[in-house]
Formats: sequence, structure tokens, C-alpha cells
Amino acid sequence: MHDERLDVESLHLWRGDRHVLRGVGFSLASGECLQVTGPNGSGKTSLLRTVCGLMYPEEGRVLWEGQDVRGDLRTFHCALVYLGHEPPLKAELSARENLRYWIGVRHRIGAAALEGALERVGASPWCDRLVRTLSAGQRRRVALAGLTLSMVPLWLLDEPTTNLDTEGQQLVGSLIAEQLARGGMVVAAVHHELPASVRDLRRLELAA
Amino acid sequence: MSRFGSPAAGVVVQAGAITRQSTAWAGSHQAPMLDVARLALARDLQLAFRKRGQLVQPLAFFAMVTMLFPLAISPELARLREIAPGVLWAGALLASLLALEFLFRDDAYDGTLEQYALSGQSLTWLMFAKTAAHWLLTGLPLALTAPLAALSLGVSAAAVPGIVVSVAVGSVALSLIGSIGAALTLGIKRSGALLSLLTLPLSLPVLIFGARATQLAISGGPLLAPLELLAALVVLGVTLAPLAAAAAVRISLE
Repeated sequence: MHDERLDVESLHLWRGDRHVLRGVGFSLASGECLQVTGPNGSGKTSLLRTVCGLMYPEEGRVLWEGQDVRGDLRTFHCALVYLGHEPPLKAELSARENLRYWIGVRHRIGAAALEGALERVGASPWCDRLVRTLSAGQRRRVALAGLTLSMVPLWLLDEPTTNLDTEGQQLVGSLIAEQLARGGMVVAAVHHELPASVRDLRRLELAA
Repeated sequence: MSRFGSPAAGVVVQAGAITRQSTAWAGSHQAPMLDVARLALARDLQLAFRKRGQLVQPLAFFAMVTMLFPLAISPELARLREIAPGVLWAGALLASLLALEFLFRDDAYDGTLEQYALSGQSLTWLMFAKTAAHWLLTGLPLALTAPLAALSLGVSAAAVPGIVVSVAVGSVALSLIGSIGAALTLGIKRSGALLSLLTLPLSLPVLIFGARATQLAISGGPLLAPLELLAALVVLGVTLAPLAAAAAVRISLE
């Protein structure tokens, strides 16, 4: 059995003539959480997008279980879920339908698991309403339900607590804690501190 | 508050007892390719029926264009019959071009394409499913409306099956070719003009063979040859277009 492990080695990323990532590197083992902080424009989102393979770094590499992910991006993608700052939801579908399509494309999900995830994020009462009619915080909760349904070892979260009330922010904390307890890994880019329930927290500060 | 605190604590305790091998990640339960395509197709169809305006627009355009010709040229049926193939095909081509803009645009805005690209599934296969949905929503309705337009241009009812088949097959090729253009112009604001510029030249063979097939259908000639050429274009498109569209989508996400 191999332990999941993510190694990011000195990433350099240029956007036009801006040197966004200047040799960013970190390692993450099973059960660890990395909190990425830094002022606006310091490259938090770019870092997450580069790690998950949406952006191509000019230098440096990302290793998953010791293998360069460029060699086999699909295996790596099967092991991760990336949540950008906008929840990837269709306004014209209900919360439940959104989850069924979004996560269903990745792997089969049972009805019970779907209900459980909706319940977990407190979405059961309004999960049949069109996402168009939901508030920003409710949409975020639907995205969190997708996160728990995805059952992958690596979570890459961009501002997971945005638009959430206090209870919702604690929910993010306990979801992350559960993921770590399962032996998963979390990389979260945040402005604010992650809730205190997250232990084994490591920090990476990006300079502006 | 404690509602969320306690389960987390419970799991932390368990982590010591249960070894990490027992964690069931989804990686090994990946959805089979056919299910994935079916799901992506169902999603696009369901969305289209929730936003019917986009569905009707190309059809209304097609109907209007074909109806303007009898008014503008002459109501004389013999002359209309002569220009009918050209009118039908130019109308169908422009209508399918009109619908192309919507093919990936919403998915690019709301992050669906990003999630597709990160799903661990073949993006090519997902692009194929999206293009198939696009054809079902524009190409097929166009093929079914074409007889009405043809009849209003004085074409005899005997030609209808040939016209439906030629528009149906040709519009598959148009959707496939168009998917490349739509994917390539994803990152561009107001991409409509560029999209037509990219797609029109590639669509000309479809226009030529399609119009020829329709002409032969109207005059009662053997239309198998142009239909086979259209089918050849479809085969070429099915093989290459989803690959090209997937590559273009990846570039647009960067």
C-alpha cells in the first residue's frame, strides 16, 4: 500500500510579464492540511490552478505519489477535487441535480450518499430549488456537499469559507478535519484563518 | 454548533483505530465512459429545456430566412424550386452557426468545463457528448423543419425524405466542425464574428455536398453519392473534432 503524497517543487509561473509564482514548493503527506495565505494578487489561485494541472508552470513540477503528474494527469485528477472561488453550479438546475451531474461524471453516487451529503451541509430543506434562487452562501454549501461526495484524497480549495455564516465556516472546518482524519490532504487558500477544528495545520505565506 | 463539532471529533478518534488502508477513495470506482457520456448528454438536454429561448432561436431564424425568399424574389414556384436547395442550406448553415455560440459559453462561465477537465474522465469523450447534445438540440430540429421550408418553396412532397436525410447528416458535420471553432474562441469576448470566420470556410464542403444532395432529391436523381460524401465528412469529424475541441478547451482554461 502506498501512502498518498503530494510534492510541489519550486514552481515558477509567469502570466504575461508578471512573475506570479517565484519558486513555490511544499510537500504534503496523508492527513496534512496546508493553509496558503497572502494578500490579493499574491498568486494563491494561480498556485492551486497550477498544482491541479490547469495552468502550466514555466519551471518546477508537481509530484503525486512520487510521479510527475504531467506523465499521467488523469490518475492525478481522479485523486483530487478543485473548488474555485465560484461554486461550479448551473443556475438552471436544482442543487440536487447539480450534484448528481457534477459528481456523477466522476464516479457513481448512490441516492443515500447524495441525501447524506445534502443533509450534512444543511441543504436538505432547499435542495430541490433552482440554484438561481439560492443565496451565495447556500451555493457555497452545495459546493461543499460536492466536496464530501467526491471521495478523493486531495482537496484544493480556493477561499472555501467565502459567503458562509459562522456555522457554515465551522462546517468547513469540520469537513476538513474529517478529510484529514480519513488520511486525506487539503490545500486551502484563505484570507481568514481556517476554523480552529483543523489540526495539523501548516502554513505557506505567499508574498505580494 | 456542537452539531458540527461532535462528528468531526468522532472521526478523529476513529482515525487511530482504523488503519488508513480502509479509506475508500473514489479513484477505483470511476464511472464507466458510457455512463459519463449519457450523464453529460442528459445534463445538456435538461438545461436546454429549462432555457427554451436558446432552443427556438436558430429554428426561428431558419424559418424566417427561408420564408423571405418567396417574398423577395417571386412567388413563382418554378423559380423557387430552382433556388430551394441553396436557400435551405444557406439557412441551415447560418442557423447552426447562430447556435454554436452557446455550445460552450455557459459551461466556461460557470466552471463546468473546468470541472470536466479535472474529472479524471476523457475530456475528448465529454466534448463528444456535448456536441451530440448540440446536434440533438439544433441539427435534428433543423432537419425536421426543413421539409416545411422546402414545401413552402414549392418542392414536391416526394423530395421530403431525401431533404430530411441530407440536412440531418450534414448538420452532424456542421455541429462537429463548429465545436472546434466554439472551443477555440472560448477565451475571447464577443467571439461571434471570429467564430463564423473560423467555422464558415471549414463548413463549405458540407454546404456544397448538402445542397447537391437536396438538389438531386428535388429533381428525383440518385442522391447517394453526395450523401456518402457528407457521411465521410461526419466520420472525419467524429474522429478529429472532439480531440481538437478538448485540446482547445484545455488551452482556454489556462
